[in-house]
Amino acid sequence: MHRKKAMALAVAAGLGLPLAVPAQTQDELRALREQVQQLDRRVSDAEQAAIQASSRPAAENALNPAVSLILNGIYGNLSQDPAAYRIDGFVPTNGEVAPPERGLSLGESELALAANIDHYFRGTGIFSIAPEGGIDVEEAYIQTLALSYGFTVKAGRFFSSAGYQNQIHAHAWDFTDAPLAMKAFLGNQLSDDGIQLKWVAPTTLYFDLGAEAGRGKSFPAGPDGGRNKNGFGSGTFFTHLGGDFGTGTAWQAGLSYLTTSPQDRVYDDVDSTATPVTNSFTGTSKLWVLDGILKWAPNFNPTETNFKLQGEYFRRKEYGNLTYDATAASLGTQTGGYGSTQSGWYLQGVYQFVPMWRVGYRYDRLDSGSTNIGLVDSGALTAADFPILAKYKPTRQTVMVDWSPGEFSRIRLQLANDKSRSDATDHQVFLQYIVSLGAHGAHRF
Amino acid sequence: MKSILKSLAALSLALAALPAMALSVFTCEPEWGALVQELGGDKVSVYSATTALQDAHRIEARPSLIARIRSADLLVCSGAELEIGWVPLLLTQSGNSRIQLGGPGYFEASQFVVKLDVPKVIDRTLGDVHPAGNPHVHTDPRNIAKVAAALEDRMIQLDPGNAQTYRSRGKSFLARWQAAIARWEKEAAPLKGVPVVVYHKDFSYFINWAGMREVASLEPKPGIPPTPSHLAELIDQMKASPAKVIVYSPYNSPQAADFLSSRTKIPTVMIPFTVGGTDKAKDLFGLFDDTIQRLLGALK
Repeated sequence: MHRKKAMALAVAAGLGLPLAVPAQTQDELRALREQVQQLDRRVSDAEQAAIQASSRPAAENALNPAVSLILNGIYGNLSQDPAAYRIDGFVPTNGEVAPPERGLSLGESELALAANIDHYFRGTGIFSIAPEGGIDVEEAYIQTLALSYGFTVKAGRFFSSAGYQNQIHAHAWDFTDAPLAMKAFLGNQLSDDGIQLKWVAPTTLYFDLGAEAGRGKSFPAGPDGGRNKNGFGSGTFFTHLGGDFGTGTAWQAGLSYLTTSPQDRVYDDVDSTATPVTNSFTGTSKLWVLDGILKWAPNFNPTETNFKLQGEYFRRKEYGNLTYDATAASLGTQTGGYGSTQSGWYLQGVYQFVPMWRVGYRYDRLDSGSTNIGLVDSGALTAADFPILAKYKPTRQTVMVDWSPGEFSRIRLQLANDKSRSDATDHQVFLQYIVSLGAHGAHRF
Repeated sequence: MKSILKSLAALSLALAALPAMALSVFTCEPEWGALVQELGGDKVSVYSATTALQDAHRIEARPSLIARIRSADLLVCSGAELEIGWVPLLLTQSGNSRIQLGGPGYFEASQFVVKLDVPKVIDRTLGDVHPAGNPHVHTDPRNIAKVAAALEDRMIQLDPGNAQTYRSRGKSFLARWQAAIARWEKEAAPLKGVPVVVYHKDFSYFINWAGMREVASLEPKPGIPPTPSHLAELIDQMKASPAKVIVYSPYNSPQAADFLSSRTKIPTVMIPFTVGGTDKAKDLFGLFDDTIQRLLGALK
């Protein structure tokens, strides 16, 4: 840099000479002047660059991971008690399926840390802090960066690729709560400890194939926390196709299959003598999920307006043995065969009609299908001993409007008519804020 | 086992015998796509993730982009956190080690130029600020030359077999480009000192190059859409000290600019912003030709 300056000075000094040397023509003078100006500019550019490069403060935390904190709070007004929430016709999942509390409450705060570990791996940790205290590890995984040919391996705890919305964190959902089908089939949201292998095909049409082997630490596997055994407790396979239509529509379709062998998966019910009992299931659970997403924005520019259509269809088959009253609290422990085929789906559309404002509608429907309980068929017990398994088709309709002044905050009003219970409709109103602090969030599809 | 090895060997031989594949380049913005095309000619195949009609910040990592980045040899983006919402996600989803951060296949154009608007204070109350500085570096033609030189080196590093082509095309491009800059400097002389209202701070490098004065932006804060109250303030500001022109990009809605123009009688002009932004901005030369002509036209 000093050399450049010296050079500029030298040329500048040279400029003074032509006055004394009449042989120099005007043209040459002009050319020299231009050169000096260019040199000057280059010198000042170089100085600026140097300043910029050196002005970053050398701090100890320069290599800290990207940190973001999600805060959310909610006001709920519900005609039915959320603490007594249940989805009739379906085995309770013991997951966090209940709607938000009545009145004002703080939602789960979420702390996310992510960084490249080295040139082989990337690490992500996402921790949710319950309003009453206690930290839950939502996701904590490493992911390969250095594999080629479209392969990625993920290991640790992560949201399963069963279905579409399951992989998305709750704060990025388009509605306050999960679709009923996710509540009934995945215990609200399924995360498991395991390993995932994914391959993306070398085609311009997006195509992936993947498999997950997991511990089976939560519903539909069981018991809670996973079995005390070597090997795997659950297996998931998935595939997606995706691409663009024209110059404004992107789509993706997925099919996934989750298989697990629950052992002593317990749930609570109240039998015909009005005694609370604990029942348990041991057998096989197989879940298929078909999902589709369509996103439209004029010229793929979602800034002004955009529309998103999303739907998933779940179908589950379970067979094995059902044990009634496992703790012998009522009529005594008995075991019989069990088989069920159940399904559910939802379809939702969200439309941003002007910048910042979106409206959405969601329709949920579940079908408890056919459930065969050996103990009832044999006459040992009656259907009234398994009231929560009684045939029912829960539905829910939801509308929402939200306002997002920027990329980092959102305020949402949501109204719903929830017929998860066969005997009552729950009229729900939620007013919610969700904000994100720190690192910029990912714009995932 | 032996037969597997044999067939693998046969397969690799067969692959080696195939004609050399073009260097596959994934660019985040069309201006870099155009630049790679200038430098690489038929030795490269270029895919641009966005068009001039899109805001390169507000892009989702949609399946078609993952499919394209999966097979890329080189990723060319503006950087400086412009694509922070989607490129990191594409990288982790790609299963492609060639284009990961830190490797030769990862190229951020903004690293090779002096950045403007590096914020002294970094806080989200100031809008969606980019701590690394203004990422829209391509609107200064001198920056294109700097990036071209660095990009040429990178392409040679990745594809040494075609080094000769990249070098001669690079030399030819830079010669034509320097001549064009000299011409544009003359053409843009009347723009010197002209006060301008921008939509978003995406035109600052051009303004700096041409010596114009950026006096206001339609966005109250970077990345925050224009609000009625902010537009009302701008009307007052323009009455006190009027700007000569209001510029916006093809990916911006013209509404706010038109509204301010109707109240202040200051002309608006849509600049192409990047390659493909207007019919005349077919390549990088057309981009600057048309940008300057449109601005001059608005001042008449």
